[in-house]
Amino acid sequence: MSQSFKRTRVIISDETKPAMPRHIKLRHDAGRGRWILLAPERLFDPDETAVSVLKLCDGSRTVTEIVDALSKEYNEQPGVIRDDVVAMLQDLADKGVLVSDATPNA
Amino acid sequence: MNEIVPTPIAQSAAPACARAPIGLLCELTHRCPLQCPYCSNPVDLERVNTELTTAQWQSAMRQAASLGVLQIHLSGGEPTARKDLEDIVKVASEVGLYTNLITAGVTLTRDRLEKLRDNGLDHVQLSIQDVDPENADRIAAYKGGMAKKIEVAKWVKELGLPLTLNAPIHRQNIHNVSRIIDFAVECGAGRLEIAHIQYYAWALKNRAALMPTKEAFMETHTIVEAAKERLKGVLVIDFVVPDYYAKYPKPCMGGWGRGIINITPSGKVLPCHAAESLPHLTFDNIKDTPLADIWMRGAAFQMYRGTEWMKEPCRSCDRREIDFGGCRCQAFALTGDAANVDPACSLSPKHAEWAKVADVESHTQSPDLIYRRMGGAKVSEPADAG
Repeated sequence: MSQSFKRTRVIISDETKPAMPRHIKLRHDAGRGRWILLAPERLFDPDETAVSVLKLCDGSRTVTEIVDALSKEYNEQPGVIRDDVVAMLQDLADKGVLVSDATPNA
Repeated sequence: MNEIVPTPIAQSAAPACARAPIGLLCELTHRCPLQCPYCSNPVDLERVNTELTTAQWQSAMRQAASLGVLQIHLSGGEPTARKDLEDIVKVASEVGLYTNLITAGVTLTRDRLEKLRDNGLDHVQLSIQDVDPENADRIAAYKGGMAKKIEVAKWVKELGLPLTLNAPIHRQNIHNVSRIIDFAVECGAGRLEIAHIQYYAWALKNRAALMPTKEAFMETHTIVEAAKERLKGVLVIDFVVPDYYAKYPKPCMGGWGRGIINITPSGKVLPCHAAESLPHLTFDNIKDTPLADIWMRGAAFQMYRGTEWMKEPCRSCDRREIDFGGCRCQAFALTGDAANVDPACSLSPKHAEWAKVADVESHTQSPDLIYRRMGGAKVSEPADAG
């Protein structure tokens, strides 16, 4: 193949601007009273915290900004939650749910 | 965050199903240019003149969305053999369904794929028969198929659609699993199914030609586990184990009538794509009955829903709501009673005999493949040979 479409792993750092790619859809499922994350041939069942985090992943906020916003929402010090948020974002990226400005894997 | 697997329903005698289905598999047509000898379509393929119309499929999409279905899988046969695929996708997308195209790719054009994307298609699953073009074309009985698939994979990526490659694995290509993984990375696929085939319908007819040895199977497991680790964040690999070498039976369809509906080209609504192999069941048709009624009250759906129908050893088994006694079709095919435990389970009295078949067949020289075509299964029968 002349053009390379090879994907690379998204590595989450404080400067990363994570976003959900077009084909990942966070939807409120009224019938079941829960949030659902639709992905290729998969469905995920994000908990309340994951939903809060995902809603902030709009491709313009950095991880530092996401941590700040969450620290206000949950009334916690950014330093206390930062590592947990990064770990969650990395897990979401490895599941293919998040991409970043630096690694826009389709 | 967990992947959604159907949650256990409370055990009760109540027959009605309050759960909404999650996925709908639409077999839009049984026509297909490929002739893969492990095709999951029934051996008696449905003819083109019995297929649902565009409006009937569009109605099915609307009904599915109202019923709570989240994802639809547009399959076949080869779904692109339907000229109205774009019109069906458009409606599915409008009503909020997540749309997945399951295609062999060989008859697609770039323009058509672009139109599908513009009409809301969310994801493409492209099958490959092997990574070695000559062997792939032999397995599919379609010359030039692999070259075309490489082109289709490139279009999918160029058009910004997510790509899954589906590689059915069996004795005739199992030596190439490593190369198939490399190929998926090269294509930019986000997901790969290394799917050992399941032995139903056409695959059951070809079992002796397709069954890998247990050693070869175990090696693929090792290769896939290592690749999953190495390719974290690059490629998600789903590994499907063949029943014959599994520890427990698979929770077929995630439980009968629990989360998935299948509609055949002519509109028959099935709890599983192989359900027509159960001769004592009758199936409602979406042409005559609303989908919601079929789901909630259809006789075929009620037959093996929940756990009330179970016999021993399933009935008192701790795993009864984990694997649901395995597969009803396999239980019927091998024991004559679909309510028996699937012989894939080690608790089945038939298990030892059944497991031996795989050992013997996989170590015997492979017979010729029986290719999937209208009436093709009869070719192998001695009565027709002369």
